[in-house]
Amino acid sequence: MDLLLRNHVLSKFGDDISTDNIIQENKYGASFKPEDLARICMRDIDPEFPQRMAPGGFIVAGKNFGCGSSREGAPISLKATGVRAIVAEEFARIFYRNALNICLPVIECPGAVAGIDLGDELEIDLASGTIRNNTKGSVLQGIPIPGFLLEMMRAGGLIAFLKQQL
Amino acid sequence: MGMTITEKILARAANREKVRPGEIVYVNVDVAMTQDILGALAFPAFRELGIPIWDKDKIVMIIDHCAPPSTLLQAGYVVENIRFAEDYGIKHFYKMQGVCHQILPEEGFVKPGAVIVGTDSHTTTYGALGAFSTGIGSTEMVWVFAKGNLWLRVPETIRVEIEGNLQPMVMAKDVMLKILSLIGTNGANYKALEFGGQVTRDMSMDGRLTLCNMAVEAGAKNGVIEVDEITRSYLKGRVQGEMEPLKSDPDANYSRLLQVNINDLSPQVACPHSPANVVPIGEVIGQKVDQVLIGTCTGGRLEDFRMAARLIQGKRISRKVRCLIIPASARIYLEMLEEGLLKTFAEAGCVISNPQCGPCAGVQHGLLGDGEVCVSASNRNFMGRMGSTKAKVYLASPATAAAAAIAGMLTDPRDLEGGK
Repeated sequence: MDLLLRNHVLSKFGDDISTDNIIQENKYGASFKPEDLARICMRDIDPEFPQRMAPGGFIVAGKNFGCGSSREGAPISLKATGVRAIVAEEFARIFYRNALNICLPVIECPGAVAGIDLGDELEIDLASGTIRNNTKGSVLQGIPIPGFLLEMMRAGGLIAFLKQQL
Repeated sequence: MGMTITEKILARAANREKVRPGEIVYVNVDVAMTQDILGALAFPAFRELGIPIWDKDKIVMIIDHCAPPSTLLQAGYVVENIRFAEDYGIKHFYKMQGVCHQILPEEGFVKPGAVIVGTDSHTTTYGALGAFSTGIGSTEMVWVFAKGNLWLRVPETIRVEIEGNLQPMVMAKDVMLKILSLIGTNGANYKALEFGGQVTRDMSMDGRLTLCNMAVEAGAKNGVIEVDEITRSYLKGRVQGEMEPLKSDPDANYSRLLQVNINDLSPQVACPHSPANVVPIGEVIGQKVDQVLIGTCTGGRLEDFRMAARLIQGKRISRKVRCLIIPASARIYLEMLEEGLLKTFAEAGCVISNPQCGPCAGVQHGLLGDGEVCVSASNRNFMGRMGSTKAKVYLASPATAAAAAIAGMLTDPRDLEGGK
């Protein structure tokens, strides 16, 4: 996968976005198929979300993004709606792992909420953690994704990485 | 410099003398648990690999969320679980016998010092028995099934010293809600939460399981409690072999030391929509209630139902309320039967269910409609989790939940007959 991403911020959220906020496949009777999950992604807090993300873009969020349940439908649904990367002040730990395992780039970046607005164009370097805000002409330093996880993502995700080792 | 319990367990599992917070280590997994829904997402991906499981006797499969299934999708998950257990010869397979986080300790799968991972965030529960346990995703479980190991960042440890004397009708749940209010929903993110102090030492295993269960509500990687006589007595007859004493070294390094004095702690309530949005019961008395849930991996153990029965005994629950009683396991159900608790709840007009997760995660069996209010002994009250986004969930102890069932509104359990 590409480690250099350029796109626009299409959604912005505050703190404590839980996996219950992101996806409740059972409540809404959706299967694990990514396209089914995408249709109900963020339904409880942002019903327009799938439509807004459809062209493909970034989301920016506050602290503790992805807290709560370990359900992997959360990153699967986000990726399937068109989310190309998530920049957040902080991620909940299970979500962070789940997202990278399926090659949904997530970058922790203190100051992201204050320094990035809806519509801004960002250039994210996953290896260095540098986030260039082209709209504002500013640079934010995120926490780089550890090298061994980048290697896993380059292989195409955890399952593909595992297959290489069998 | 010494090590904490968590560091000791991870060092052993990584075949290392010592580990330090922040290091990335590969640890060998002693037990891997799947629950039905997130297992059903992992099983097809594992089948595709066409390889055997690293050690099928170290896997415990549980059907608890869809127990029994209410929709065709859920029925599909159940079939997926049963087929996988058959095809791969999984002998530790519990079909609708209770919630994973009660079955594993109860059936002797949790040993002090073990590394346990599960496809459920509340896998932190088993730290109550001195194990390292944490939640992972389905894809990650495919890796564990194949390799029997997992990478982990060694967490910093926050030590919580709980001192004082618990007031009557104040439970482990109240203590944990108080702790959550102090450290917040991300206060222990990436960290271990180690509980100690006199209150922890005096606490029953049921209470300790509640503390560690909700460690994840502060973002913790694991919750853990040192091994003592209460641990050994719980494990007797469940786990074979000698139990090593397992505790943190006196010179272990903690990233934070939190002192909590609970002498004057009243029953606590987490208001919508966060487990850390906690107030003393006095601030919410009179809030009307439509549904009460006593059950789940947080508040569905024998001690919880004994406490609830003390308040409900000989009374009828309010006509305005439906009160769901959902034991966390089939063993607990039988014990409730033998002690007459089921009779108490049935005579009071409660809805008694088979052991299962119930409506806690919004899967089935008691979802809330628009504008409804639930008082729940469970662990999360995120908006929309238990049904409608226009519903409100107040998290409380089983005692406070039982009091609400009698009164039809939030009330102090100490003010009721039986609560003195």
